[in-house]
Amino acid sequence: MKLMEASYATLRAVRAPLLLLEEIAGARIGEAVRVVAPDGSEQAGEVLRIDSGTVLVQLFGETAGLDLPTTRVIFSDRVRRAPLAPGCVGRIFDGSFRPLDGLPPYLPERWAPVSGRPLNPTARARPEEFIETGYSAIDGLNTLVKGQKLPLFTCAGLPAREVVAGILSQAQLAGGGAFVVVFVALGLTHQEANFYRRVLDNMAGGFVAFLNLADQAVVERLLAPRFGLTVAEYLAFERGLDVLVLVTDMVNYCDALREVAAAREELPGRRGYPGYLYSDLASLYERAGRIRGRPGSVTLLPVVTMPEDDITHPIPDLTGYITEGQLVLSRDLHQRGIFPPLDVLPSLSRLMQHGIGAGRTRADHRAIANGLYRCYARGRELRRLEAIVGRDGMLAGDRRLLDFADRFEAAFIAQSERRSVAATLDAGAALLREFGEEGK
Amino acid sequence: MNGTITGISGPTVSADLVGVRLYEQVQVGHAGLIGEVVRLEPQRAVIQVYEETRGLAVGEPVTATGEALMVRLGPGLLGGMFDGLQRPLPALVARDGPFLQAGGGLFPLDLTRRWHLTPCLAPGAAVAPGQILGTVAEGPIQHQILAAAAGTIKALDGGDFTVEAPIGRLADGTLLHLWQPWPARRPRPCRRRLPVTAPLITGQRCIDLLFPLVKGGTAIFPGGFGTGKTVLEQAIAKFADVDVVVYVGCGERGNEMADLLDEFMALRDPWRGGALLERTIVIANTSNMPVAAREASIYTAVTLAEYYRDMGLQVLLLADSISRWAEALREISSSLEEMPGEEGYPTYLGSRLAAYFERAGVVETCGGGRGSLSMLLSVSPPGGDLTEPVTQACLRAAGAFFMLDAGLAHRRHFPAINWQQSYSLYAQEAVGFFSDRAADWGGLRQRCRELLRQEEALREIAEIVGPEGLQEPDRLLLASVGRIRDEFLSQNAYSDEAFSPPEATAACLRGILADHDRGVAGLAGEAAGATTGGGP
Repeated sequence: MKLMEASYATLRAVRAPLLLLEEIAGARIGEAVRVVAPDGSEQAGEVLRIDSGTVLVQLFGETAGLDLPTTRVIFSDRVRRAPLAPGCVGRIFDGSFRPLDGLPPYLPERWAPVSGRPLNPTARARPEEFIETGYSAIDGLNTLVKGQKLPLFTCAGLPAREVVAGILSQAQLAGGGAFVVVFVALGLTHQEANFYRRVLDNMAGGFVAFLNLADQAVVERLLAPRFGLTVAEYLAFERGLDVLVLVTDMVNYCDALREVAAAREELPGRRGYPGYLYSDLASLYERAGRIRGRPGSVTLLPVVTMPEDDITHPIPDLTGYITEGQLVLSRDLHQRGIFPPLDVLPSLSRLMQHGIGAGRTRADHRAIANGLYRCYARGRELRRLEAIVGRDGMLAGDRRLLDFADRFEAAFIAQSERRSVAATLDAGAALLREFGEEGK
Repeated sequence: MNGTITGISGPTVSADLVGVRLYEQVQVGHAGLIGEVVRLEPQRAVIQVYEETRGLAVGEPVTATGEALMVRLGPGLLGGMFDGLQRPLPALVARDGPFLQAGGGLFPLDLTRRWHLTPCLAPGAAVAPGQILGTVAEGPIQHQILAAAAGTIKALDGGDFTVEAPIGRLADGTLLHLWQPWPARRPRPCRRRLPVTAPLITGQRCIDLLFPLVKGGTAIFPGGFGTGKTVLEQAIAKFADVDVVVYVGCGERGNEMADLLDEFMALRDPWRGGALLERTIVIANTSNMPVAAREASIYTAVTLAEYYRDMGLQVLLLADSISRWAEALREISSSLEEMPGEEGYPTYLGSRLAAYFERAGVVETCGGGRGSLSMLLSVSPPGGDLTEPVTQACLRAAGAFFMLDAGLAHRRHFPAINWQQSYSLYAQEAVGFFSDRAADWGGLRQRCRELLRQEEALREIAEIVGPEGLQEPDRLLLASVGRIRDEFLSQNAYSDEAFSPPEATAACLRGILADHDRGVAGLAGEAAGATTGGGP
């Protein structure tokens, strides 16, 4: 076994973002390497495949400027690790964990592998502590709980970032206290990143940001969320904090994965994404949760912009199979001027069952939520019928449900200011009463 | 046999190991990761590693163990929770903390617990594999200790034993134990297969009435995300009238497994009393645990299920979801650079699945008992598209098909079983069995299907002409079927009606149909009154 770094200048081929090296001794799979270009600049990389002395390395940075004879690759003999210390809070890093805020790196308490280890399912505590986001569509009908992973599915042009900003600035934990936000930006434009920066600066519990912007190294996007989650796990399970991890946009992550898979000449799956996209996404999403007998939680809120507004696209599809529900934004609601444009019908929170009711929110929460769902779903179904036969051809009861759907969107979904869960439930109950649907 | 690692690509490791057999288990690297030999080449063995390979280096040792991937069978499995390689997860928490570490296996059975053995055979008796040596009480069931080898009994003692301690020996010196190993990929033998003879009561009205299951049967339920696969599967795991439930969380959510454990610990077994967990074995290989172990997990699970079947028990295996298993197979196949079939899945996907389904059935056990193994597997088709290869391969092998419908799920109609597309090939036998519980079962089923069919046609018309344009009898039909949908077919998995015994199922439908008949009669009376020129 090697005990120190080893430097090689045996690069045989460069096929961005992959490097092929020969005559390497004792390489590790997943080993972190540094690639030193002829001009002295350094990039991070990782060992992908080893066949005797031949090693395939994936580069997280730019391949431009590399050459075969003089480029050096330094093998670290370890997998990639993240420096951990409470001092990370309040800091801004790039996708490779280099400070962007002009401050020096903090002194790490310890280092941890960025890929993490799977949480033993029997060590998990059931997520059941209510988080009040201030949005009725979420709190009332798709309740978020601590330790849940709940993605936001949006479409190009919808105000996803305003919705997310609203959740960040309004969210309150049931037991008091504030979130620490770990913000991971993947391929964001400078404008969007600045928008989020302003939101983060106002977070009471502090934040850690990892920014990879649209004009920065694509493959680094595979690394940034792992840094973010490693830091989140540390803050949650060793420091006892409630951490909210916001990753936006997962589509850019998946595209980076596809790019590497294509460079490796792997067999493409649906839409060109690799067959292991599910497992890879799960290795990120499943890091959310709580641990029995320990304080702290990792709640994960990934943003997925559905390509072509298509929820069956592999990225939202596989995400939905892993996460505990989804929040879906609707173009139709947005066009009608409703904010937040959350469509509650395809939205779902699988962990809502345990987060609501007496002692958590209110005893009548479930009954109100069920009533609203039932009426709104029927109203929405009737809208299609209305488009065909016209309102006059419909039964009086059906016309009432059509009105209900309109009122529900205008008075319950739409909101201009934060609502407490009590106000949300009161609004829902009032709506049901108005249409004579309460207690059914 | 020893060798060293020469190459690594994801979970696939090659080593200069010669003289090993295919599917032999090996220990890989300094950490002792568990792997299986999947391909032999001159001077080289290709190994599938079941644990995370990150950090593994070329040149690390590889040791062959001389045996195939084994499942350890013995008392103490019930109530346990294991990973895909049958490592006891609670014991791993105690040893390693909340996060799973690679390497370092643990014996799956509790080595300190003592079991009271009551022997069934005396010294001098001849035994064959699978024959009953004796019994121990394991929770609610009589756990039969089955002979692993043939021979003549030289000694067999009653009393309290740990699973490690010998309980006797055969004339040839073979020691007898409470536990025995079995290779996971080989089906356990039986004397012969028997025809199905009993219904599998799930307590789900829609399934029991419209698409009934039988003990020893197989069913799949495909559905996109959010269609309630897991909730339905867990509801059946809670209420099915079987002795033992083996639940495999194959590539699914960790929080769901935590939830399942909490709930099963708190709930009572509706058929025998006792905690629900005492009749359940959970195999958890969540989506972030190593992919290759996910592939092995369903074999570990079915072997455990067969072991209890061999005691003459009724066993139900639930897997959530078989698509994740197929994807693991695909990942392994592609890392071995095999020629892909449809959508990248290996060409042997269909045959592997069919062979797996064949491990279900009713059998006469080697001990002379009669046991059954039923299977219910969920399928997660990408994009909810049922034409994909895994669903199609399952359809060829399974006896019942419950299609979970995203449209119903969005309307919060659960279980979201689509009554037009779903089917059960066991309907004919099962209706006969259920008639013992409710004599009019077949008639109710017939009428329910007929009304649902009529409503489907009528709804198309109503979409065009509007409900106002329909005749009174048609509107009555729509209203009655609306009640069937809301009060009968949908069933809240989190309320008192989560389990509906056959009598209650029949009574519920009978009531709705009676109201419908009264309505029809009323309308007929009005019509008759109208033609005779008004009432009295």
